[in-house]
Amino acid sequence: MRPKRQTAAELRSLQRLMARAVMRPLTSAAQMRPRWIDGSSTARVAAKFIKPGPRLSSFDRLEIYNRQYWFRVFECLADDYPGVRTLLGETQFRNLAVAYLANHPSTRFTLRDLGHSFPAFIRAEPRWTDPRTALAADMARLEWSHIEAFDKETMPPLAAADLSERDPSKLRLQLQPHVTLLRLGWPLDEYLIALSEHTRLRGEASHAMAPSHPEHGSRKVALPQPGTVHLAVHRHQNIVFYKRLTAAQLELLIHLQKGRPLERALRALGAKSTGAEIRDWFDDWARLGWFWIKPVAPGKLPARKQ
Amino acid sequence: MRSRAVPANRFNGHRDLGVGIGLRIPHYDHILDRKPAVGWFEIISENFMVDGGRPLEILDKILEQYTVVQHGVSMYFGSSGRLNREHLKKLKRLIRRTRTPWISDHLCWGSVDGRYTHDLLPMPYTRAAAKLAAAKIRQARDFLEVPVAVENVSSYAEFHASEMTEWEFLAEVTGRADCGILLDVNNIYVSAFNHGFDPKTYVDHVPMERVAQIHIAGHSRHRKYILDTHDHPVIDPVWELYARAVARCGPTPTLLEWDAHIPSFDEVHREALKANQFV
Repeated sequence: MRPKRQTAAELRSLQRLMARAVMRPLTSAAQMRPRWIDGSSTARVAAKFIKPGPRLSSFDRLEIYNRQYWFRVFECLADDYPGVRTLLGETQFRNLAVAYLANHPSTRFTLRDLGHSFPAFIRAEPRWTDPRTALAADMARLEWSHIEAFDKETMPPLAAADLSERDPSKLRLQLQPHVTLLRLGWPLDEYLIALSEHTRLRGEASHAMAPSHPEHGSRKVALPQPGTVHLAVHRHQNIVFYKRLTAAQLELLIHLQKGRPLERALRALGAKSTGAEIRDWFDDWARLGWFWIKPVAPGKLPARKQ
Repeated sequence: MRSRAVPANRFNGHRDLGVGIGLRIPHYDHILDRKPAVGWFEIISENFMVDGGRPLEILDKILEQYTVVQHGVSMYFGSSGRLNREHLKKLKRLIRRTRTPWISDHLCWGSVDGRYTHDLLPMPYTRAAAKLAAAKIRQARDFLEVPVAVENVSSYAEFHASEMTEWEFLAEVTGRADCGILLDVNNIYVSAFNHGFDPKTYVDHVPMERVAQIHIAGHSRHRKYILDTHDHPVIDPVWELYARAVARCGPTPTLLEWDAHIPSFDEVHREALKANQFV
């Protein structure tokens, strides 16, 4: 008997059913769950829409996709967060990753953004990272900023000479999209660099095609002692750098990032630094190409200093 | 059947590129330093659909020396939702950068209700699915303004809902969309083993006048099924399928995929060049 012709609505229902099965978390033995969402047999559900093959049952065939899905998204998250994985250890990281991925499945065509909400998830669900939640959350922020620095856009940078020509009361400097400012409770920049040197954890962030695994022994890098670190994670000549800042530098840059005019940002800094120091900072940051300004419509050009 | 004297067609921009290999990170230094004589490189589009940084710097250097053809993994022509406009816009920006003579993606689905599996899931071979996929291929081609070829995927499951064979479905979709085919002969071999059909029958029924490109690759054989892993050399039965396809469609741009446990550039290149024995 010829099968009944499928309608567009039936096609959508079939895809919803299969996606649901494929994206369901595996058992602890990395197998497809024997019970379906409603408690019935998964084998029976699979047999309703998937044909058995010459050597595999419908359940077995669906399980290949279920396992592939989880291996793929887990590997991607682990590639993006090797530091968190090392801090937590394999079991705790795996439990955290499954909880995160079950709550935050990919909603974009690229896996690059899969871990976007990971830092926020760690803070919101501390039970997965206890007793190292604050440490893991800081590490996740640092590692996400590394991904952002790796491939975010670079706007046409403003040269240091251009800065001195502008009216500071009206000048709103934008930070490059690839620059992330961080205040961390541990010197995790040093820790992550030591880890990557020790285990070659990070190749090219999410761009890596080959899977990476922290080698046995990555735990040999001593855990960092608490201590506040101010940091800019940025890209220069297409290499990602972690640049240490002072508290005053971070504060100033945050004001600028919030869109405050330069003069107001400097006023907010108070007397914490001298004019000469601040000029040196801006020379350095401009040399790194951190600043740009939004183009304005003709007739609305910002006033230049007389 | 296409004449053997006409190796290129409108689905590959009338470009007879010969044998190419996939551009992969472990080979970047070798390619940029030694500039090996390679017919062309295929890139995974999504890896370069970024806003800046090293991926685009590398790509621009490669483009100075080589022809690059874009191959996508997440357009999902077979997904029941609409095409993703953000995806299309970024893809078009990349197409302008690479000047790819054609683009390819898979005849599959992978997302539903805005959630992405990032897998190449098999289609039910139905007229409704063919109609949907063909309409989306046409929309993409009209927007991107470049020939589009769709690749047959390897699969591990078939649906009760199917109304035709996979090769009939491929012909139905590409005929409705009037698009090209990226014929993956390794995928045919893998699916034939997993589903129990004769791979030669599949090759013999492909509308060869639409074949814009051919993929070859290795795979992993398990006891009861084959996984399409692209981590081994091409096995002889797959070369035989390749020879069978080329005998029908003539010399066609051919690309070796090697995505895991990637050996040296020279080893990958040597494996790819074996294709010339069959042309």
